[in-house]
Amino acid sequence: MTVTRRDFMRDAVAAATAAAVGLPLTGSQKALAQEAEADWRWDKSVCRFCGVGCGIQVATKDGRVVATKGDPDAPVNRGLNCVKGYFNGRIMYGDDRLTQPLMRMTDGRFDKKGDFVPVSWDQAFDEMARQAKKALAEKGPHGISIMGSGQYTIPEGYVAAKLMKAGFRSNNIDPNARHCMASAVVAFMQVFGIDEPAGNYDDIEVADSFVLWGANMAEAHPILWSRIANRRISSDPADVRIINITTFTNMSSDLADVEIVIKPSTDLAIQNYIAREILARDAVDKVFVERHCEFATGPYDIGYGMRGGSEYAFDAEKDVQAKELEVTLDAAEARAQRRETGTVVKQNNRASAGKHWLIGFEDFKKAVEPYTLDFVAELAKGDPDEDLEEFKKKLQTLADVYIRRDRNLISFWTMGFNQHQRGSWVNEQAYMNHLLVGKYARPGNSAFSLTGQPSACGTAREVGTFAHRLPADMVVANPKHRERAESIWNVPAKTVNPKPGSHITKIMRDLEDGTVKFTWVQVNNPFQATANANHWITAAREMDNFIVCSDAYPSVSAKVADLILPAAMIFEKWGLYGNAERRTQAWREQVPPPGEAKSDVWQMLEFSKRFTLAEVWGEQPVPGLKADGFDDGKLPSVLEAAAERGYKPDATLYEVLFATPVNRQVKWPDSVANGHENHTASALGDGWFPEKALFNEYVTFGKGHGHDLADFDVYYGDDVRGLRWPVVDGKETLWRFNAKYDPYAKAGAFDFYGKAGKSLPQGNLDEVTNTEARAIPGRAKIFFRPYAAPVEQPDANYDLWLSTGRVLEHWHTGTMTRRVPELHRAVPTAQVFVHPEDAKTRELARNDVVWLESRRGKIKAVVETRGRNRMPRGMIFVPFFDEGVFINKLTLDATCPLSKETDFKKCAVKMYKA
Amino acid sequence: MTTDAGRREFLRRMAQSAGVATTGGLLWAYLLGQQQQVSAHALRPPGALPEADFAATCIKCGQCVQACPFGTLRLAASGDDVPIGTPWFSPRDVPCYMCEDVPCIAACPTGALDRGLPAIEEARMGVAAIDQESCLSWQGLRCEICYRECPVRNDAITVENHPRRTSGHAVFVPLVHASHCTGCGICEKACPTELAAIRVVPPDLVKGRIGDHYRLSDGSGPGSPGATPVRGEDQGKRVPGLDYLNEDTP
Repeated sequence: MTVTRRDFMRDAVAAATAAAVGLPLTGSQKALAQEAEADWRWDKSVCRFCGVGCGIQVATKDGRVVATKGDPDAPVNRGLNCVKGYFNGRIMYGDDRLTQPLMRMTDGRFDKKGDFVPVSWDQAFDEMARQAKKALAEKGPHGISIMGSGQYTIPEGYVAAKLMKAGFRSNNIDPNARHCMASAVVAFMQVFGIDEPAGNYDDIEVADSFVLWGANMAEAHPILWSRIANRRISSDPADVRIINITTFTNMSSDLADVEIVIKPSTDLAIQNYIAREILARDAVDKVFVERHCEFATGPYDIGYGMRGGSEYAFDAEKDVQAKELEVTLDAAEARAQRRETGTVVKQNNRASAGKHWLIGFEDFKKAVEPYTLDFVAELAKGDPDEDLEEFKKKLQTLADVYIRRDRNLISFWTMGFNQHQRGSWVNEQAYMNHLLVGKYARPGNSAFSLTGQPSACGTAREVGTFAHRLPADMVVANPKHRERAESIWNVPAKTVNPKPGSHITKIMRDLEDGTVKFTWVQVNNPFQATANANHWITAAREMDNFIVCSDAYPSVSAKVADLILPAAMIFEKWGLYGNAERRTQAWREQVPPPGEAKSDVWQMLEFSKRFTLAEVWGEQPVPGLKADGFDDGKLPSVLEAAAERGYKPDATLYEVLFATPVNRQVKWPDSVANGHENHTASALGDGWFPEKALFNEYVTFGKGHGHDLADFDVYYGDDVRGLRWPVVDGKETLWRFNAKYDPYAKAGAFDFYGKAGKSLPQGNLDEVTNTEARAIPGRAKIFFRPYAAPVEQPDANYDLWLSTGRVLEHWHTGTMTRRVPELHRAVPTAQVFVHPEDAKTRELARNDVVWLESRRGKIKAVVETRGRNRMPRGMIFVPFFDEGVFINKLTLDATCPLSKETDFKKCAVKMYKA
Repeated sequence: MTTDAGRREFLRRMAQSAGVATTGGLLWAYLLGQQQQVSAHALRPPGALPEADFAATCIKCGQCVQACPFGTLRLAASGDDVPIGTPWFSPRDVPCYMCEDVPCIAACPTGALDRGLPAIEEARMGVAAIDQESCLSWQGLRCEICYRECPVRNDAITVENHPRRTSGHAVFVPLVHASHCTGCGICEKACPTELAAIRVVPPDLVKGRIGDHYRLSDGSGPGSPGATPVRGEDQGKRVPGLDYLNEDTP
């Protein structure tokens, strides 16, 4: 097909589309339609799925969602949806929706080896409280845990965090968002001292170059991709270019002007090549860097976030696990780190991976010097069939788009960066290059971590449902932050535990090790979504522990649980989400949940009624706790201090933390409901409006601290389609840190005012040489981070790279989208995408069933050589939505040692005919 | 409702509307008058001879149905829109998954399924046609499932981007190119609309033809190059236009 012919088609089709859009309905058709829909109630809401945050409108009738549509007034999507969004109205109505609590029982009593039988909510909560109290008594506050979610509504995340941190004095709450953007968070905190991006989606329409780093936006952020596509095709191709940097050809490559297929982890080297070019071509924005930036680095010997050994390790995985403690540098890694090939490096900074210090510009220059075009191209070229010289040209083109002063540039990244054994480093490198050329925090110039989940930003990060965090970027390890949280929460000093809890992968390991005895899974499916899953499934079923799973459908996590609580889904409860561009959006309860299903907020509040202060606020053992003002290994009793505040020992956590006198003033019913129900408030039955009261309480954390949110009711205004924080004097903030747009930026044209990590020791590339801290207020850090080789690589036995990820049609582990028959029909199973040659050399044909095997497990899958993902030789891809093709049994639970985010994108496997 | 009845209804509806669907870069509007063939809507296995030859050659032995690993093929029962006992498939139920070794052809004892088919990509079981008015992608939604699932993606189905000025979101429009479409029907199976907005139909039903007297500027499109119109037998005996010219002046 020639270009001319395609051009012809484009014109013909555009004309036809215009005609179709204007196709009028006849008068009688219109009248019929209007009559049928006359009693539908439409209300604004938000798409349930990804981090893009599309606005939708939901129509209900007789307690059922009858239709949805893209909200034409929503600035994110302007009335459009992707094909998942098209099915928002259908996700609640799967045949196997859970509608009553189910517990494993034998002869009327809980039995871990029993079958699930329906129980009442009271039976469920009674057993759950009994088990939690048993775990608390045996192990202390860190013997219990919550596995939370980037799909929590803001009130849900807030209730969960407060219940754990202020109630149970446990920091063992961590969300699946850990797997999603924890690396991005570390980089935001280390580079800017404050979380979340400077820019927003409006940058797209004024950018000239888009560089995708490990982000298949065409499938994972479909509606944003159509905005980029619009920008691209509405402009001269010479002006607007898209570069897709990926480990295999994906759907985003189709629109890209340049596709760069790289080997796993070599993005680290490419970033340093760009930095070297910026320096070599004298393209540094000197004014910007001198006024607003500092140079920094940190240790390299930080391990891979694995256990250094475990009595439960499979024999086959012990060799890789041993590298957690000691590695031998290969030639590329040695050169990249200015050392000798074959050097054996003990991983001495595993526990202090995040430490860093200031260096000088000359140090930085010396550090990037080894990253020449020849070295990086040889190392990074990911398609063995591509010509090396062609690949070099592409790298030069890439450097050009960073360096050219007249081009606005956005780097977008998602899981290719974040799910990375050096995820925090590679995030920091993205800022390194943007800061060097001054292309940040200005309209059209952005380095943007795309969030995967609908409220990974709004809830997981901003509310702080992480093991180390408190609301509004505060952390439990900081005494001033604890003090502020305790003050807002009106709880005694030293209630909050200063020892960070376990990140979500470590909670799994804790279950296996027997240090966590009770866990509650909320709004996610971690037993399918955590790497190296065989361990955790066995731990759930075989160890002495109690697993609660709140879910809407029988997921893998529900299946391995002891108690299943039926959960209300998005349109069955009140909620707010915060998307990737800091936009907070709200919806009302549209329909009642089915059967006995209830909101997660109600479940947690009811559970909190079963604990008195006397049971949780006495002295508590916390193994490993070491903090100023605390005795080693324990939390003090705060019961006396509680009594001074008027709390009686038999007061429940419900009264002290949630239904407080202040919160009870926020009454249900409320005019903001506009005729909508609230089953949570009704089921509690004590006359307050928990979602609103708790949201407004949460808002006090961020006000005046750069995280300002508007009050609850504002987000429900008819003309509001979300607001991007900080919302100051009723106005949202589009570009943070830029004095033209951000009321918090006061010191100069740019003010990186984040407070974290702004006083640092100084040193050279290898170590601290001057421990005296230097203050760097208002400045961003340009980090040098080296290339580091992946800890597990293909070898003679496991000879293929395996990557995993999403497809457009399914959301995460498919618990919702696989209940939509149309989506299931479209993509019924996860296939293994294989290069045709790799299939041929193994005597495999398309559609053959194969075994995929890693050191950690093996599964069967169907070969696809003609699929949407076109692999280079030596690499395969398997999506993770399908529990029948349980790819996380194979993946490696190595994490970024700074962020503890798992690297799902690279491990070694073999493939053979089943 | 049987799938076939559904398809018939669809075609009728399509034919009656002013809507057009695209195939092979050709726009088609009206299908009426094409339905007189007995099996106009039936999709035959890969490599099937032209319908008349197929009907004459197929001995209804069912070997191809036995050989199909996916249960795609079935033998027509009474009431189906196909001669009883002959193999056919309905892609919305089970499409052809395009086996590389094409076991159905290998199993055919008579050559009704042509062993000369060089590769499964050369099969022309039918051609996909898109109802643009119910296609989600044509409305601006990010669907394109047909494109992503097409085993001959980027040849048989491509996606064209068009600006959508009202919102600044590009439209991703799937287009079928009959020159590469095998008619496997995976697109029809996967289409998420209630009734599939993309359907596979026998090529005769939808393929138009540009007049031989004309060539598109890039040389593509119309019928066999160099063909000249066939002249009638009486050519040369009559003088065109003379009768009219010699009539009485009105």
